[in-house]
Amino acid sequence: MITEKDIEHIAGLADIGISNDEVPEFTHQLNAILEYLGILDTVEDESTPASGTANVFREDEPRPSLPQEAVLANAGSTEDGFIKAPRVM
Amino acid sequence: MAGILDFSPDDRCNAFITACTGAAFGDGALAGIAVAINDNISTAGIQTTCASRILEGYIPPYDAHAVELLKQEGAAIVGKTNMDEFGMGSTTGTSAFGPTRNPIDPERVPGGSSGGSAAAVAAGLVPMALGTDADGSIRCPAAFCGIVGLKPTYGRVSRYGLIAHAGSLEQIGPMARTVEDVSRLISVITRYDPRDSMMLDQPYSHRPSADVSDLKIGIPTEYFGEGVDVRIATTVRDAIDVLEGLGAETTPVSIPSVRYAPAACCVICASEVSSNLARFDGVRYGPAVDTRKPWHEAYREVRQANLGPEARLRIMLGTLTLSAGYAGKYYAKALAARQRITRDFERVFCDVDVIAGPTTPTVAFRPGEKVSPLSIAGTLTAPANLAGIPAISVPCGDVDGLPVGLQVMGRRFEDERVIDVAYAYEQEVRS
Repeated sequence: MITEKDIEHIAGLADIGISNDEVPEFTHQLNAILEYLGILDTVEDESTPASGTANVFREDEPRPSLPQEAVLANAGSTEDGFIKAPRVM
Repeated sequence: MAGILDFSPDDRCNAFITACTGAAFGDGALAGIAVAINDNISTAGIQTTCASRILEGYIPPYDAHAVELLKQEGAAIVGKTNMDEFGMGSTTGTSAFGPTRNPIDPERVPGGSSGGSAAAVAAGLVPMALGTDADGSIRCPAAFCGIVGLKPTYGRVSRYGLIAHAGSLEQIGPMARTVEDVSRLISVITRYDPRDSMMLDQPYSHRPSADVSDLKIGIPTEYFGEGVDVRIATTVRDAIDVLEGLGAETTPVSIPSVRYAPAACCVICASEVSSNLARFDGVRYGPAVDTRKPWHEAYREVRQANLGPEARLRIMLGTLTLSAGYAGKYYAKALAARQRITRDFERVFCDVDVIAGPTTPTVAFRPGEKVSPLSIAGTLTAPANLAGIPAISVPCGDVDGLPVGLQVMGRRFEDERVIDVAYAYEQEVRS
């Protein structure tokens, strides 16, 4: 069982804001899903690796990319050709 | 014959999020044909939202590979279609831009998540559209709206420019009113693109053939049992009888592991969603984050305000299923189930050429009728995504006036064969 405290913790980890009113409903919904997922307990693990595929390698070379203005065009906040993000310290 | 297509749809079903009234087109295999694009596929210069407020106003600076190819063949990109937010749902009801209605019966859902594309095609607003499918999101709305939809083999169509929600499961695929148009559309979008590292160079160049005389069709017992509306089972069985009448041989098969498919798909989708949707934080695109606030506070604020409850629930579920103490119980088990399902299909495909059954267990329902915690996972469609195999849904009759879909699944990279089987059925019942 997931508790309301667990939900607040997970929402914090995921940087998903939830309001106090939403906590009981999310807790209920997540528990209902986890109950259904119980069916996975009965899956027997086979640890045989997948076959039939091979890695495809390429040289690590510079290639054309988007112009700087195009990259910045959708950003909410820019300065001197950089994208501005919230402060981290 | 290059020109501008005048497009002003009478969009009563809310199929479009963005309609382009003047759409340029060129020469080529699709010259002047109006094609609608699911709103999670990037279109240069045309707003692309994934039906979420978190991308409202986002104008991609580049085209998805599939869109590039459509333009090269002369198609007119006439608009962006409605969907469940980031593809999470099976009703198109979680869109931030309002639900899409089913053109067959506006009181009912069109299915989802690519419900806008299905409704636009079914309502006759466009002859063809691109949808995306991670657990049935092309086939479910195709079945509910009475059109044809193909989920290609994983790795057949480039995902470059598809805004990922569940990258290991999802493919872009064609939706149209006829199998022939689905075939035309897939033949344009399968050209190799090294920018999708999971893509193989296996272009589709095939004209549908209605010859099924040497075909062996497997009928999985699991697709006709518990949970499947008996009237749908009967209708689909009748459709398979039509194929038998054309010379195909049928044999019962069993794929016991498909019972794990909805749960496995739910866990894998949610896990990938929790990672893929972390980038939507109001910094590089979408509604701007408040850069004066500390980062966690700022991100939480913008994500709470602009991601819907279903999207936030899935992100929390995926965060949980990947976290220490739970990953072994959920994510690892889901991957094990996926491997079993893949093996079960491989085993069955040693004996049969295709597998046929219903696309959905019910016909289109009314909004709110299906409030299962797993509304995201199509019980009969998710197995094909987990196994990476091609699967098509083709209309095969109705129950109470609502369309029923016949689903045909094939071996990996045998999209041609599932198209042929659907074509054979379609041609026979039309004539």
